[in-house]
Amino acid sequence: MTAPNQGPALRTTPLHAVHRRAGAALVDFAGWEMPLRYTGERAEHTAVRERAGLFDLSHMGEIHVTGPQAADLLDYALVGHLSQVAVGRARYTMITAADGGVLDDLIVYRLADHDYLVVANAANAAAVLAALTERAAGFDARVEDRSADYALIAVQGPAAAAILAPLTDADLDTIKYYAGYRHTVAGRPALLARTGYTGEDGFEIFLTPGTEAPAVWAALLEAGEPHGLVPAGLSARDTLRLEAGMPLYGNELDPGTTPYDAGLGRVVKLDKPGDFVGRAALEAAAKAGPARRLVGLVARGRRPLRRGNPVLCDGREVGSVTSGAPSPTLGKPIAMAYVEAGLDSGSGAFSVDVRGRAEEVDLVDLPFYKRGR
Amino acid sequence: MSVPAELHYTSEHEWVAVADGVATVGITAYAAEALGDIVYVDLPEVGGTVSAGDTCGEVESTKSVSDLYSPVNGEVVAVNEAAVADPEVIGTDPYGQGWLFKVEVSEEPADLLSPEQYTQLTEGEG
Repeated sequence: MTAPNQGPALRTTPLHAVHRRAGAALVDFAGWEMPLRYTGERAEHTAVRERAGLFDLSHMGEIHVTGPQAADLLDYALVGHLSQVAVGRARYTMITAADGGVLDDLIVYRLADHDYLVVANAANAAAVLAALTERAAGFDARVEDRSADYALIAVQGPAAAAILAPLTDADLDTIKYYAGYRHTVAGRPALLARTGYTGEDGFEIFLTPGTEAPAVWAALLEAGEPHGLVPAGLSARDTLRLEAGMPLYGNELDPGTTPYDAGLGRVVKLDKPGDFVGRAALEAAAKAGPARRLVGLVARGRRPLRRGNPVLCDGREVGSVTSGAPSPTLGKPIAMAYVEAGLDSGSGAFSVDVRGRAEEVDLVDLPFYKRGR
Repeated sequence: MSVPAELHYTSEHEWVAVADGVATVGITAYAAEALGDIVYVDLPEVGGTVSAGDTCGEVESTKSVSDLYSPVNGEVVAVNEAAVADPEVIGTDPYGQGWLFKVEVSEEPADLLSPEQYTQLTEGEG
């Protein structure tokens, strides 16, 4: 084990002091000092699956796109058909380069006819802002980075709605999955959205100014205590999204990957009118079919599978693990991996080369975990 | 962080207790805390020989893989099968139920750290 490097100063969220006081292990995540875990990542993971967890996601990028042609700009700049999204609803979408390679995966909220909120991964926020700004040329629309103004808190888990209900003026029963409206939470104005990255029901609370975050965090923790709510770190968030089969940019998605490779071709709206960045390349990719396939692997043994481990079929290398961890819910090591297209569970005996030792695995469809409704 | 006075330590964050020619080895509370939840451990084979400073196994947490080093020369005479079956104990009781392996030492181990030296090391890293 080695000591952490003393790199350049890390950015911190408005909740940094709260995490410190809670005794969180803090790590550098995309240039932000963020909580990795508070007590133990497996207990935090289980709390989200069975009760609820509270996450600080204030490192995410928030970009406002406004103006008479905001919808037209997003239809041109992103692969989705954002002009068709109703006010108050949200979409999972992507921004690609002209060659169809993914620059980031995004959630876009339509706040009003001419007002969209684009939420980008922290590591890509600057690149997304630059691409949107460049693509806005000729559109009557304004692209504005508001990341520094926002704090983002997520409450996720089966008890999330019960915890949040007494703290908000919103009737949570009327907020559908992938919808978001302006409401109040703990007396503060907030964009309250039913979105998340855990595979559970839950809400994301966008707060401006972000300095309101500590008060809202404290109110949620207090209201959640009888429900078993605990603060949860990035480590639990990663295993939760992995079990839910959700891609992570930098692991399953990168500029060398198209949405089709990741099995997410459904986000590319080739039938929308007009040109958009990446259209020609993505039409060709859709026609040709992907060369590889994102699959799930479940280990038969107990040794964890890790990113970068080669995937073998009857001893022949056919792919590579993109994310791997022991699954707290399944009690077994799981992984996502890209393998050659055309391979399925009947193609042969699959294994993963974990530092020189072949571990037997079963190839399964994603996700590993789906919540009961 | 707990650093029992009766043990010896290594800069790889392992502890060693020598009694009657047998060295018992585990990881320190500092290491367990830094790793987070321990989910898998790979230990040397009983009957095999280990050399001081060489890797002889792995300790894995949710997020990371750490090599296990033998702090001593000798023959492995026991491994903690209970910790292999349920690695959580390594984190909850690193100096007791969470011990990892025992080595019959051919000679008295040298170059180990005293509790004071180890405390100084971890404070430097923290």
